[in-house]
Amino acid sequence: MIGTNRYIGSPVERVEDLRFLRGRGEFVGDLRREGMLHAAILRSPSAHGRLRRIDTTAAYATPGVRAVITAAEIGAVPTIPLRLLPLPGTERFLQPIIAVDRVRYVGEPVAVVLADSAALAEDGVGAIALDIEELSPVADRRASGRHDILLFEESGTNLAMAFIAVSGDADAAFREAAYVRRECFQVQRYTALPMEPRGLLAEWDGAQGRMTVLGAAKVPFFNRDTLAAMLGLAPTHVDLIENDVGGGFGARGEFYPEDFLIPFAARHIGRPVRWIEDRREHLTAMNHAREADCEIEIACRQDGTILGLRGEVFIDLGAYVRTNGLIAPRTLAQFFSGPYRVPNMRITATALLTNKTPAGTYRAPGRYEASFFCERLIELAAGDLAIDSAEMRRRNLISAAEMPYKLPRLEPGGPMVDTECDSGDYGEALDRCLAEFDWAEKCKLQGQLIDGRYHGVAVACFIEGAGAGPKETARLELASDGTVAVYVGSAAVGQGLETVMAQIAADTLGIPLDRVRVFHGSTSYLEEGYGAFHSRSTILGGSAVFEGARALLEKVRAAAAARFGGSTEEIELVDDRARISDGRSVSFAELAADGLRVDTAFANNNKLTYAYGSAAAHVTVDPGTGRVELLDYLVVEDVGRIVNPLTLHGQAIGGVVQGLGGAFMENLVYDGNGQLLTGSLADYLIPTATDFPAIHAIALENHPSPSNPLGVKGAGEGAIIPVGGLIANAVAAALSSVGAEPNELPLSPPRVWRLANPS
Amino acid sequence: MKPAPFEYHAPATLREAIDLLVSDPEATVIAGGQSLIPVLAFRLAAPSMLVDLRRVPGLGNIAVGESGVRLGARVRWRDIEHDRRLPTAHPLLREAVAHVAHYQIRNRGTVGGSLAHADPAAELPGIAVTCDAEITLVGAAGARNIRAGEFFTGPLSTVCQADEIITELRLPFWPADRRWAFQEFAQRQGDFALAGIALFYDRDRYGRVRDAHVGVIGACNRPQRLRKVETLLNGHPVDEDLIREAAAAAAQTIDPPEDLHAGAAYRRALVATLVERSLRAAAQPRGS
Amino acid sequence: MRVMFQLNGKPVEVDVEPRMHLADCLRDELRQTGTHLGCEHGVCGACTVVVDGAAVRSCLMLAVQAEGCTVVTVEGLSTDDALTPLQTAFRKHHALQCGFCTPGMLTTAHALLTEEPDADADRIRAALSGNLCRCTGYIPIVEAVLEARAAYQKTDKP
Repeated sequence: MIGTNRYIGSPVERVEDLRFLRGRGEFVGDLRREGMLHAAILRSPSAHGRLRRIDTTAAYATPGVRAVITAAEIGAVPTIPLRLLPLPGTERFLQPIIAVDRVRYVGEPVAVVLADSAALAEDGVGAIALDIEELSPVADRRASGRHDILLFEESGTNLAMAFIAVSGDADAAFREAAYVRRECFQVQRYTALPMEPRGLLAEWDGAQGRMTVLGAAKVPFFNRDTLAAMLGLAPTHVDLIENDVGGGFGARGEFYPEDFLIPFAARHIGRPVRWIEDRREHLTAMNHAREADCEIEIACRQDGTILGLRGEVFIDLGAYVRTNGLIAPRTLAQFFSGPYRVPNMRITATALLTNKTPAGTYRAPGRYEASFFCERLIELAAGDLAIDSAEMRRRNLISAAEMPYKLPRLEPGGPMVDTECDSGDYGEALDRCLAEFDWAEKCKLQGQLIDGRYHGVAVACFIEGAGAGPKETARLELASDGTVAVYVGSAAVGQGLETVMAQIAADTLGIPLDRVRVFHGSTSYLEEGYGAFHSRSTILGGSAVFEGARALLEKVRAAAAARFGGSTEEIELVDDRARISDGRSVSFAELAADGLRVDTAFANNNKLTYAYGSAAAHVTVDPGTGRVELLDYLVVEDVGRIVNPLTLHGQAIGGVVQGLGGAFMENLVYDGNGQLLTGSLADYLIPTATDFPAIHAIALENHPSPSNPLGVKGAGEGAIIPVGGLIANAVAAALSSVGAEPNELPLSPPRVWRLANPS
Repeated sequence: MKPAPFEYHAPATLREAIDLLVSDPEATVIAGGQSLIPVLAFRLAAPSMLVDLRRVPGLGNIAVGESGVRLGARVRWRDIEHDRRLPTAHPLLREAVAHVAHYQIRNRGTVGGSLAHADPAAELPGIAVTCDAEITLVGAAGARNIRAGEFFTGPLSTVCQADEIITELRLPFWPADRRWAFQEFAQRQGDFALAGIALFYDRDRYGRVRDAHVGVIGACNRPQRLRKVETLLNGHPVDEDLIREAAAAAAQTIDPPEDLHAGAAYRRALVATLVERSLRAAAQPRGS
Repeated sequence: MRVMFQLNGKPVEVDVEPRMHLADCLRDELRQTGTHLGCEHGVCGACTVVVDGAAVRSCLMLAVQAEGCTVVTVEGLSTDDALTPLQTAFRKHHALQCGFCTPGMLTTAHALLTEEPDADADRIRAALSGNLCRCTGYIPIVEAVLEARAAYQKTDKP
């Protein structure tokens, strides 16, 4: 760093807030265009069937309806490609952007109605008559695994993909182990549920042959390329614009059917088209996540040292393989052991197709589920071997001396068949967590019944792998008024990108923060970009901005040298001025009379960062109602380097509360006919302000990442990872007197009541 | 989620409102809209006309007197919360209303709307039935009074005819030394109750229970009094044995629905817990 | 149908279908897009506005029902470019991330503190329990509202 700024590490208030607090955010639903039509989507009411006929006569007769688009109007219906892990065999299970002759889940798009208003479009949707020949639905992964009713008959199977993660020799380890335990666990199907439903506003410029789509998020560049190919346009003639985005959490921004349908509609009708998803359709249309069950064994020595883990995990993938649908399965297998040293592992993860909404990634995909399975099993082992919970973790955590620590090899692995934990002292975070939580004191309450409530405490540890490559791009432009525009390929989903990138740029350039303006996400800014997923924005985008800023300083230096007729070595840059040895100086702004610009990219060779930490929880259980009250929750995470402690803390608290939603109340429930029973926010429950008031988070930066110039590690997903297993273990501890084993999520009141009252 | 189209009228008198209902059998009354509008948004109903009571005078009063508490149909939860007389005049009503939905809903939701919607887990129908309240309906044929216990016929279903409008709810006089409790269990604050118990009793000169009223919400398909439990309580002092018996009887006597949030066995156990806790709370002077 | 009401201190007049809810009227007819729609069935609270002094869900109110009312939206909380104390407290405590639920949080908190400037943390949490947020976990929001109470205290006047 140069100059006197110290933005990095400071709790800088966010620049984004100024517009959000005044109600001047620009979310896609806030935008309009002259002559705009509104789209509504007819979605399949049937989970599995042959689509025989779509009768749009009555829809066309509905006032205000301008057009109805079905597969017939589209012609050759493209399928949505995989963005990540496009492994051979998956092409059989890709989702068509509209149903052609088959529907495979309730919510699958069947037709698009264009009308003068959203209400009229919805009237039109209600007037379409569908003739569907019902087929028996594949209701769950067990039915799927019998392969008697197939979602894709030509493929001959419902198996989308199977992964295997191996290290050492698991079978040998189990043969020799003094202690072995096998259990089954299950995590429910639930979803990211950002507060803003999705939306798109597409404009077709027939004269120029250009398509512009607003409402992009997460991975605009990939989506732009995909859309261009589907529309038969050159990528340079398609722009995806990112506005303000109301949360993503992994689910928003992937390429969905609507990402084709709405632009197609705009071109088809020659008018701008806006589609805003409503919450009811959102629950069947936006990626589901997490549903997995397993049968797993652990092998240990008598002293609790884990020798091996082996077993099978099954993932209910829904009806199609989504753009990132294989990430949770592959991660479940490879990251099953989390931060623990397990020298011998064999975990298979089998992803099966069912007649449900397709599943994709949701904050810490696969890792939340794996942590639940692994932490429960470790806790059971600790109990059987009479070892204290914390001690059991301490004995088995990967130590600092073992870094970098290689995780199991994954097959088929794609770009990250091998990965290793980069740096850190996991035991240090555990010790800090236990101390701050007052573990020794709280343990005295373990299993006690006080005032009619059972008390339980538990601790868990986690790693958060982040920063998938290949790279991220940035452009920095110094203008003649002294401001710097930073364009970055990263996408904003509410995480404070504009502020964090500005801090990095301002510190590196040595200029005041308010002279930096960050532009993000839209394909119109840069030629290529990669986006926001895998908590990569600060690592890759931030590093790109950092290196771009340094490169910009070199250009400033060179420009100053040229102006003064000296060499670059004689130039000193201090506080926004370039000074040569004889005392002459010039401001950055003056040097930029014709603009100074740098284009850069930061690539990391898919070398991931691993933030890590520990979390502890104290719960009480009311055996009369099954209510669990969370008295105290603490997460400690070492993130390598903290750029903005305010936004970082926000990620931790927000992540914990999302995790608690999954632990206690969120659940997408299907009946045996593939009908989604939780069809509104009155039935799909997420945490509210009164549920979890006692959450604390501490961030450490003791062990920077060696793989990027900032030393930062991705920190958006760590806090959510251990929540499920931690809460289940705390409830188990509370109910130890009745031998409760909470092996399924969510721990709703009826389920906990049953655990507390086994007779 | 936009509703299907409808006509809208905001008549100035009750008579005009009734005439509108008579003129169109597919018309529906709207007051606060907090229960009705979500139904319209999901297109679970598509009335051709909404008749808004917002301009009709005389429906918004709370009267407190020797005959009890009278709530006009357009009285909002907010009005009940702000009325300084009610914590003394009817503490059970006051306590139950604190559990209704959320802050914003309580600013618009009404007594009449809640009664008309008849959600089996709603608080006010439960209080009305427990307290043996009376509901006045006015229609083309004139006014009639129905006891709350006969008003609700099932989930979302009442005896209210298409041309009738609820105008008032009357709760009997509440003696100052009455023992009472209200206990509800919901997954999150403001959610519909998985089960709830409203109970009160007076005492004879030996301190034994007299005239017990025990009502349940959420664990049945309509709010109802648990007569068997009341009979068990009457004439006895409240002690641990009685509490246990009453709780067990309550669990046995109900016929709980099964839904995606809870099964029957859980709801029975929950009702037992709530009866037990209500009786303990009621045994303290001044209720819960 | 024609509807007239006061919006953020100014009289407005619109002509809307009866079925249009107040939120859509504010957003589409009156171009005040600060009020957001997160569910349209009265659960999430993102659409909260203040009508005649009370916080209400504008998706659960028909535009035609606003006839003669005084409506305040998030845009009307601050009258010039400065942030109000409540907004300043939100920023200081990082009580917003994606910003989508924020207008509803602000209007609800504003209505609450206007009537109950001494509301404690439990009361604030209860009043905000009808506003869903997916990003923050609520704790910083409650802290911000607690801090903003000072600005709503009634000053003693002779």
